[in-house]
Amino acid sequence: MNIKLKIWRQKNAESKGAFVKYDFDGVSPEMSFLEMLDALNKKLIEEGDEPVAFDHDCREGICGTCGMYINGRPHGSVQGITTCHLSMRKFKNRATIYVEPWRAKPFPVIKDLIVDRSAFDKIMTAGGFISTNVGSAPDAHAIPVVKEKADIAFDSTICIGCGACVAACKNASAMLFLSAKVSQYALLPQGRVEAKERVQAMVLKMDELGFGNCTNTGACEAECPKNISLSNIARMNREFYKAKIT
Amino acid sequence: MTILNSKIPEDSLAEKWAKYKASAKLVNPANKKKLDIIVVGTGLAGAGAASALGELGYNVKNFCFQDTPRRAHSVAAQGGINAAKNYKNDGDSIYRLFYDMIKGGDYRAREANVYRAAEVSNDVIDHFTALGVPFARDYGGNLDNRSFGGVQVSRTFYAKGQTGQQCLLGTYSSLNRQISKGMVKMFPRREMLELVIIDGKARGIITRNLITGKIERYSAHAVVLATGGYGTIYYLSTLAVNSNPSAAWKVHKKGAFFANPSFVQIHPTSIPQLNDYQAKLTLMSESLRNDGRIWVPKKKGDKRPPNEIPEEERDYYLERRYPAFGNLVPRDVASRAAKERCDAGYGVGDTGLAVNLDFKDAIKTQGKKAIEDKYGNLFEMYETITGINPYEKPMRIYPAGHYTMGGLWVDYELMTTIQGLYAIGESNFSDHGANRLGASSLMQASGDGYFILPYTIGDYLADEIRTPRISTDLKEFEEAEKAVKERLEKLILINGKQTASSFHKRLGKIMWDYCGMTRNEKGLKKVAEKIKELKEEFWSDLKIPGELYEVNQELEKAGRVADYFELANLMVIDALNRTESCGAHFREESQTPEGEAKRDDKNFAYVAAWEYTGENKPHQLHKEKLEFEFVEVKERTYK
Repeated sequence: MNIKLKIWRQKNAESKGAFVKYDFDGVSPEMSFLEMLDALNKKLIEEGDEPVAFDHDCREGICGTCGMYINGRPHGSVQGITTCHLSMRKFKNRATIYVEPWRAKPFPVIKDLIVDRSAFDKIMTAGGFISTNVGSAPDAHAIPVVKEKADIAFDSTICIGCGACVAACKNASAMLFLSAKVSQYALLPQGRVEAKERVQAMVLKMDELGFGNCTNTGACEAECPKNISLSNIARMNREFYKAKIT
Repeated sequence: MTILNSKIPEDSLAEKWAKYKASAKLVNPANKKKLDIIVVGTGLAGAGAASALGELGYNVKNFCFQDTPRRAHSVAAQGGINAAKNYKNDGDSIYRLFYDMIKGGDYRAREANVYRAAEVSNDVIDHFTALGVPFARDYGGNLDNRSFGGVQVSRTFYAKGQTGQQCLLGTYSSLNRQISKGMVKMFPRREMLELVIIDGKARGIITRNLITGKIERYSAHAVVLATGGYGTIYYLSTLAVNSNPSAAWKVHKKGAFFANPSFVQIHPTSIPQLNDYQAKLTLMSESLRNDGRIWVPKKKGDKRPPNEIPEEERDYYLERRYPAFGNLVPRDVASRAAKERCDAGYGVGDTGLAVNLDFKDAIKTQGKKAIEDKYGNLFEMYETITGINPYEKPMRIYPAGHYTMGGLWVDYELMTTIQGLYAIGESNFSDHGANRLGASSLMQASGDGYFILPYTIGDYLADEIRTPRISTDLKEFEEAEKAVKERLEKLILINGKQTASSFHKRLGKIMWDYCGMTRNEKGLKKVAEKIKELKEEFWSDLKIPGELYEVNQELEKAGRVADYFELANLMVIDALNRTESCGAHFREESQTPEGEAKRDDKNFAYVAAWEYTGENKPHQLHKEKLEFEFVEVKERTYK
């Protein structure tokens, strides 16, 4: 396959970036998108050019490291997968593909396609935990949890923290990310104890870090590689208002 | 010369750990504040240790090369985590979990450590549940369990096929709590490149900041490595592509012995390699073997689509060879059996290097919904990658490099042969012998980090309370930093033609062929030569674009590949030395007439701990004899 790539190249956070064109012949439909970039980088290095810097690690869709805009969509056009699972089968021969880093103010570009997502960690540090020390837990069966609730909690825990929701949102909101964590703990008895403090602290931190608000567009849910539901945001809002008035 | 002292307490098996804890020295809270601990790695072991130590009141500095601690490779574990809770009333106990691990490890693990791992397994489950880890539950609201990988009781706790992710996110949350309290300072995007030793004690590390390229110094009263395994030595493996053994290798070269390096687990159920560009192999959880049946056609080279091959023409070879355990035989046995069938010409798919994993019968008896509940995400992942729907057609699977039982030698306190340097989780060698049973890596990593190290490191630090905070201006730091810079500059200056990955790929291929699922003397000697040649080529023709003081992913890779060559060499030395077969280490010269592994307890009931003696000098072997006081050493059979 031949692919015409237009990739965002930016030397570092301070410099100005631009799209650079690559006419790349060495593409096989069996490659994943990242394997295609690996092959491009090999060629660039061998020709004495600088390879494209991008974040990646597990390459099985679970670590959340990889992520880029592909033709304007986070993780590309296939619903429910991360960039590492995107197959080149999904592109036509001689297609032009635009590749960009996440574009969101709270995620500054570090180099090429690598962005700084440490703002996510800061939101988690503000309250994304249950305060229990090692050694102080009761027997795991001491507190039964209704299966339905446990299952819904599970569905909100599978967020991989990749940042696609923020990148997809026109307001660069982190509400889907944050609400998934708030939901998990709100639904489990272990998490209820600190529910009020948690949701307030996390929302406050999110605002402080420059993430925008939710205007119910739903782009985050549409682009989330783990199909995290928008209903988490509704639950988070309920938790937030409840915390404010009680 | 260092003499191995495993420091195993003298008491009876069940009392060793309790008595150790009761008599370990303590550090009073006022003194803990004055003690610094470095933890490298943020997987279940590293982040677990960092949070537990933070809770105790120590000053912790935690490092990872990822952009955030939540991405450590524990995240990818799928199937589950074991504990001896006996919630199923099926006869489980701490002793039985211990026994299964000793037997599963083919009698090459240390009894005392394994018993302790089994003992703390229950605490681990309690802790994760309290942290809000959403383990699967039944309709009564209790935790559900399943049987997993080579055991006859249901002791595995799970969260669909994402148990590692859920446990890691739980651990990450406890780490965040300590970060918010200021007890742990987090240093992401840092790669450890050297250990600093002062007066014989581990006192700090040198890291490279992966954003600025700056070489940085960090000091502490003790250093803990939780840096995982080295399965990536095969290039293609189930590991994250950036997982690497460099930190462990650096400390090995500074004096920490490396134990049983040739003990590498090849996981039986991975998606087979599809093409030559592939960067990794994706694991399909072993839990699938609970309901899936593995088979190949009875006829050699049968190219009919699997659903067209009638029942009587299928060879369910695991059920045939191992009637007692069937598809649930341990990983090493299942992997070799697949290799045997494929080598004999019965493999399926275009390459012939695959076997079928079929859910037809399970779907028929349990219904599609039940199978979807258990394995939904795995089936989806399989379809995403291969384009084949496993609800309709059998999966194709093949073994892949996965977990390393070998690692840094540690004593009962998890301390390496360097004073004040600890190794926990997969980075140490201690609990899995020559083969790890499924769902025991999350268990061991969490046990080490949360429940064991915090006690043993206290016993060491109790004698360090008079040591003031260590300055990074000391000459030892200066020298270590200088050595790191020189090495990195040397790599950049080679300025040849080939990329680091292309060398890694070639090294991986020869290691897989000659030091993978089976080994023999001729092949091992041959590969030793090949490693040497390839290493020379690497040091004369490597190409790294870019500079030291910037984001430079090629430089990161090259540094790791340079270490892979040296570790590969040691793996081969170890595999050559151990002329017996045991667990995952299968020497073709040592097998029974039925083709099963044949152990040699008389000559090899020991841990091979290798000492680095200098560049291009032979490694020195130290033997830690394994005594089995509490189990009878038997032939390991699953027939």
